Amino acid sequence: MKILVCVKQVPDTNEVKIDPVKGTLIREGVPSILNPDDANALEAALQLKDKDPDTKIAVLTMGPPQATYMLRECLAMGADEAYLLSDRAFGGADTCATSTTIAAGIKKVGNVDLVFAGRQAIDGDTAQVGPQVAQRLNVPVVTYVKDIKAETGKVTVQRQMEDGYEIIEVQTPCLLTCVKELNEPRYMSVGAIVDAYQKEITVWGHDQVELDPKDCGLNASPTQVFRSFTPPQKGKGEMLSGSVGEIAAVLVSKLNEKHLLKKEG
Amino acid sequence: MADAYFTEQHELIRKLAREFAEKELTKEILDKVEETGEFPEEILDKMAAAGFFGIKIPKEYGGQGADARSYVLVMEEIARVSGVASIYVSTPNSLSGGPLLLAGNEEQKAKYLTPVVTGKKKLAFALTEPGAGSDASGMVTSAVKEGDHYVLNGRKCFITMAPLSDYAVIFAKTDMKKGNKGISAFVVDMKGPGVSCGKPEDKMGIIGCATSDIILENAIVPETDRLGEEGEGFKIAMKTLNTGRLGVAAQSIGIAQGCLDETIKYAKERKQFGQRIADFQAIGFMIANMATKLEAAKQLTYKAAYLLDTKQDTTLNASMAKYFASEVCNEIAACAVQIHGGYGFIKDYKVERMYRDCRVFTIYEGSSQVQQIVISKQLLKK
Repeated sequence: MKILVCVKQVPDTNEVKIDPVKGTLIREGVPSILNPDDANALEAALQLKDKDPDTKIAVLTMGPPQATYMLRECLAMGADEAYLLSDRAFGGADTCATSTTIAAGIKKVGNVDLVFAGRQAIDGDTAQVGPQVAQRLNVPVVTYVKDIKAETGKVTVQRQMEDGYEIIEVQTPCLLTCVKELNEPRYMSVGAIVDAYQKEITVWGHDQVELDPKDCGLNASPTQVFRSFTPPQKGKGEMLSGSVGEIAAVLVSKLNEKHLLKKEG
Repeated sequence: MADAYFTEQHELIRKLAREFAEKELTKEILDKVEETGEFPEEILDKMAAAGFFGIKIPKEYGGQGADARSYVLVMEEIARVSGVASIYVSTPNSLSGGPLLLAGNEEQKAKYLTPVVTGKKKLAFALTEPGAGSDASGMVTSAVKEGDHYVLNGRKCFITMAPLSDYAVIFAKTDMKKGNKGISAFVVDMKGPGVSCGKPEDKMGIIGCATSDIILENAIVPETDRLGEEGEGFKIAMKTLNTGRLGVAAQSIGIAQGCLDETIKYAKERKQFGQRIADFQAIGFMIANMATKLEAAKQLTYKAAYLLDTKQDTTLNASMAKYFASEVCNEIAACAVQIHGGYGFIKDYKVERMYRDCRVFTIYEGSSQVQQIVISKQLLKK
C-alpha cells in the first residue's frame, strides 16, 4: 500500500503574536514547526506501516525552500520519501489554490492508495484543504478520523463527532483528515535523523506538476481577506457570592441595570 | 545557522532531545526519582528507542552513526532538565562504550557494545580505587593469568551504575612492577563468581543512578574478555576519559542553562519592594554574569566537539571545556540558588536539585586540578 501524507510547516502559534495595528501574524523570530494535526496524520500512516512493512509512506508539502527542514523531520519519524512543491507561482495561495497544487502533486507522485491530512493547520484553522484536495482528486473523503483499520481495497474509520462518532467503511483510494485524539506522534531517533539527511527531497515547480501559473497561487485565489483583527479584550468578570436566591436577585438587578432583560407586559 | 559549529542536522537532533526532555522528564517523575533513588526503566527504554545510548557509535554496532556534536547536544538538552538522566546517556556513549569501541575486537563489540548502545544491557567503567583516584597508576587490583583465564582480586570504588550493571570494564594490573604500563582492561560479568557490589553510596546529588564499590575475590575472567593487549589498559582508560570530558562539559552547560532559565523566570515573577526583582540592577547584573559565563562555556564545549568530529587533536580543548564548563556551572547554580532566596533552598524548586547535581562535575572524570595539569602540560611540554 502507498500512503501519502499532506503536511504543512506552520509558525508555532504558542509563540506567535499578532500585530495589533495590522492584524497580521508577527512571524519574525517565531520557530516553524510541523503542524500538530499533520504529525498525527503521519503517525497514523506509520502505524499502518508498522502492521504492514510493505507500506510505503510519502510526505508532501507546498511551501518555501526552507520547508525541507520539516520534511526531514517527517523522514526522521519514518516516512520513506518526501516531496516539496515550491515555486514563486504557488505563492499567495488561498485554500482553493493550495488544494489545486497539492492535488497536482499527488497525481504526479502517482499510485497513492490512501491520502492523509491533518484536520486543520494551526496558522489558518480552515480545515478546508484536505476535503478540497479529495474533491480535485475525485476520491471520497472522511474528516475528523479518530481510528483507522486498513484492509484490501477499503478502510474502516471512526469519525469523531461532537456528540458521538460514526463508523464509516470507505473504498480506497480515499482521503482521511485526522484529529489529534487519533494517536500520540512518535519521536524521531538520532540514527533516523542521520539517515534523513542522506535522502533526496524531490522539489517540483509548476512545470513538473503540469500546472499553468494562472491556475495556482495568488492568481487562482478567490478569497480576499477584507480585514483581520484581534477581538478587543473583554472586561474583567465579576464573581457573585451568597446563597442561590441572593445570587439570582443580584444577577437580575445587574442585568436590568444594563437593560439586558426584556420587560414583560 | 545560528552557530558556526552546527548544521541543520544537528539542530534537528537538538529539537528531538529537547522535546524528549520536556515531555518525558516531568517534575512528577524527577521528584519520584529523588524520593526512591530509582530511575524508571520505561524512560530508559524510550531513551534507547530515540537512539540516545549510541549517538556516536557506528551503525554496524547498533549505534546511531552520528557525531560528537550530536552527543553534546543531546547531553546538554537532557541535563538541562535532569542531571541524572544525562548520566544514563553518557555512560553507554562514553565511559562504557569507549573502551569497547577503542580496543574491542569484533566478537567483543558484538557481545558487549551492541547490547549496551541499544539499551539491552548496562556496563560500568571501573578505574578508581580507594587509593587510586587521580593517580590511576597507584591501583592495586591484580589480574593473574592462569591458563586461558585471569584471576582478578581487588576493590574498585565510586563506580557509577555498578549495582545496576550487567558487566563492568575493570582495569587491573597484570604486572605490578610496570606502573601504568602494567595495567590491562577486562570485561567482567557482574553476576560471575567472585564479583560483588558494595552498598550503594548515599550521595549529595545525581540521585537515581546507584554508585558503589565493586569487589573482586578470585574472579575468573576468560582471556577472550581482555580488551586489547596486556599493558594497554592505561592507554585505553586515558583515551576514553579524553572523550568523556566532553560529556561532562555538555552536562555542565545543560545544567547551567537549566539554572539560568529557572532564574530568569523567577526573577520576572518574584516581587519585592513593589517591583520585580529582575528590575533591581544587582539581580540583573548577576543574570548577565551567569549568561556570559554560560555562553563562553558553550563555545569551548562546541569547539572541542567540532575538533573531535574533524579528527583534530582535542586533548587541550576537551580539558579546557571540561574544566571551565564544570566550574562555571557551579558558579551559575550558586547564583541561581542565591537569586531564588529561601525558595532556592527548598526541594520544590528545581535549582535546589541542580545545585547538588552539578557539584560532582568538577570532581569526576578528572578533577579541575587534573584538567589544569593536562592543560599546562600541553602548553609547557615543548
